[in-house]
Amino acid sequence: MEDKDKKIESLHLKLIPYFEKYGILLLLVLMILVMHILQPDVFLSWRNVTNVFKQISWQSMLALGVFMVIVTAGIDLSVGSIMMLSLMILAVVAKAGAPWFIVVLTPLIAGFLCGLFNGLGITLLRMPHPFIMTLGTLYIFRGAGNLISGGTPISGFTDEVRYLGHGRIDLQWLGLEKSQYLPVSLVLIAIVYIIFWIFLNKSKTGKWIYAIGGNPNAARASGINVNKILIIVYSLCGFLSGIGALILAGRTDSGYPNAGLQSELDAIAACIIGGASFFGGRGTVLGVFAGVMIMGILRNGLNLMDVSSFWQQVLIGSIIVLAVYIDVLRRDIGTRK
Amino acid sequence: MSSTSNPLLEAKGITKYFGTITALENVNLKVHAGECLGVVGDNGAGKSTLMKVLSGLYKPSAGSLFFQGKEEILESPRDSQNLGLEMVYQDLALAGNLPIGENIFLGREPTKNLGFLKLLDFNKIKELTNAHLDKLKINVKSADQKVEELSGGQRQAVAIARSTAFNAKVVIMDEPTAALAIKEVGKVLDLINSLKKTGVGVIVISHRMDDIFTVCDRVMALFQGTNFAEASLSNTSRDEVIGWIMGKK
Repeated sequence: MEDKDKKIESLHLKLIPYFEKYGILLLLVLMILVMHILQPDVFLSWRNVTNVFKQISWQSMLALGVFMVIVTAGIDLSVGSIMMLSLMILAVVAKAGAPWFIVVLTPLIAGFLCGLFNGLGITLLRMPHPFIMTLGTLYIFRGAGNLISGGTPISGFTDEVRYLGHGRIDLQWLGLEKSQYLPVSLVLIAIVYIIFWIFLNKSKTGKWIYAIGGNPNAARASGINVNKILIIVYSLCGFLSGIGALILAGRTDSGYPNAGLQSELDAIAACIIGGASFFGGRGTVLGVFAGVMIMGILRNGLNLMDVSSFWQQVLIGSIIVLAVYIDVLRRDIGTRK
Repeated sequence: MSSTSNPLLEAKGITKYFGTITALENVNLKVHAGECLGVVGDNGAGKSTLMKVLSGLYKPSAGSLFFQGKEEILESPRDSQNLGLEMVYQDLALAGNLPIGENIFLGREPTKNLGFLKLLDFNKIKELTNAHLDKLKINVKSADQKVEELSGGQRQAVAIARSTAFNAKVVIMDEPTAALAIKEVGKVLDLINSLKKTGVGVIVISHRMDDIFTVCDRVMALFQGTNFAEASLSNTSRDEVIGWIMGKK
């Protein structure tokens, strides 16, 4: 009898980590099924699926950056502004006639430097919370972006610059039709997410990022240079926002003052839906991807069904609350009693 | 054991200010190989500050540290760890979201090379963890269990295992039994005694006279940030030590 209890208990213990890791994917699959039933002809069509991926392409970069920050129990409110500033710098440099390989590098460098600025501010100025530093830079970076561009849109980039956001990989050699292409941005998302998955799960630095989120004092006592790791995390978050800017430049062919407005909130929402904890140390790269997808599919599906964007806001908000509530229930099952 | 040999670790004239507050003033301490030094004192006497100085977490405002007779300046906990000076913190300093093995090797993870990438070697972490826990006779379900799923005693055991996983020469323990159930206290004290036998110098900070009189060879008392009294265990009594804590000789 006791043996049987033990078996059930150990089965529980074995299943919980899987549920914790992959539970959010169930929600994603469920949503895809529901959308498919509601829109059987359109939703899973090649055209619409690639559309969803194109729409989430730059958000997925911001979400991944914010996710790393949230794992350290921090927050980055400035990612939308970093993206806008990087985009504007790209536009100005492109208009000045710089060669494409320099234009392509500028948003990445600009984004990285913005993130570095956040990281240095949080650690060296000893801001009481990253919320404050990045709230400040949310205004600073957007203001700077408008200052360098004069607050007006700058349009027209070369094909090379637009490649990552707008490029298509032809699949006709596979016997598919011309319209059934693979967006370059989708490939980019896959590559970036895989790299960051390896970084966060298989490298020392990645493990330390989780340790800092779990208990910063433990990390410090283990000889980990917590400030250095935080600076790396915020810099990488800025860098990813810079990639977002490059993708957005490709998609829209212009730098514009409202780029990425409020997208920091979308990024945070995607992380939370994907199972990241505000208290740090918890969440997976796969979860963030699922979070981004859930938001993208919801918007896309509601658009297909002609639901007003006001209802979309209400629904996305509800999903955030619901996802976290599911998380609370899940943790109830998982914790020691 | 022999107090005539050179001390393994010696602190001379340690002074630490926090702004206008003097936490430690001219404090001396030494511990020999295979010896257990008990450090007692009331709350605010400076025990924890002294331990944080010894572990490299705080830099002393004045004074110097000697390890095996050589003066050392500790810039960070990593420096003290490299010397073989390990600390078990009162709050245990474990990351609850990480498994036991990753906590034990946190900051010093074994890696393997995959092409130009240096990746964590999870198999090795698990292997070394199991071997080390076996050596210390610590029982847990699995090295993959997250620390937040463990009991207080198990966490303390993990913290001690962590401190001794890398050939520690001196282990400093801050209130090692404070958070434990009574039946778990004995196990931890046994663990301390077996550490002494391997030649490790142990410093135990404790409020519990039982702990001090079970495992220590010598006891020193801090009072208001200064050395107040010191004696070998055979030359003192519980009542006297309790008196020292309250500032009475």
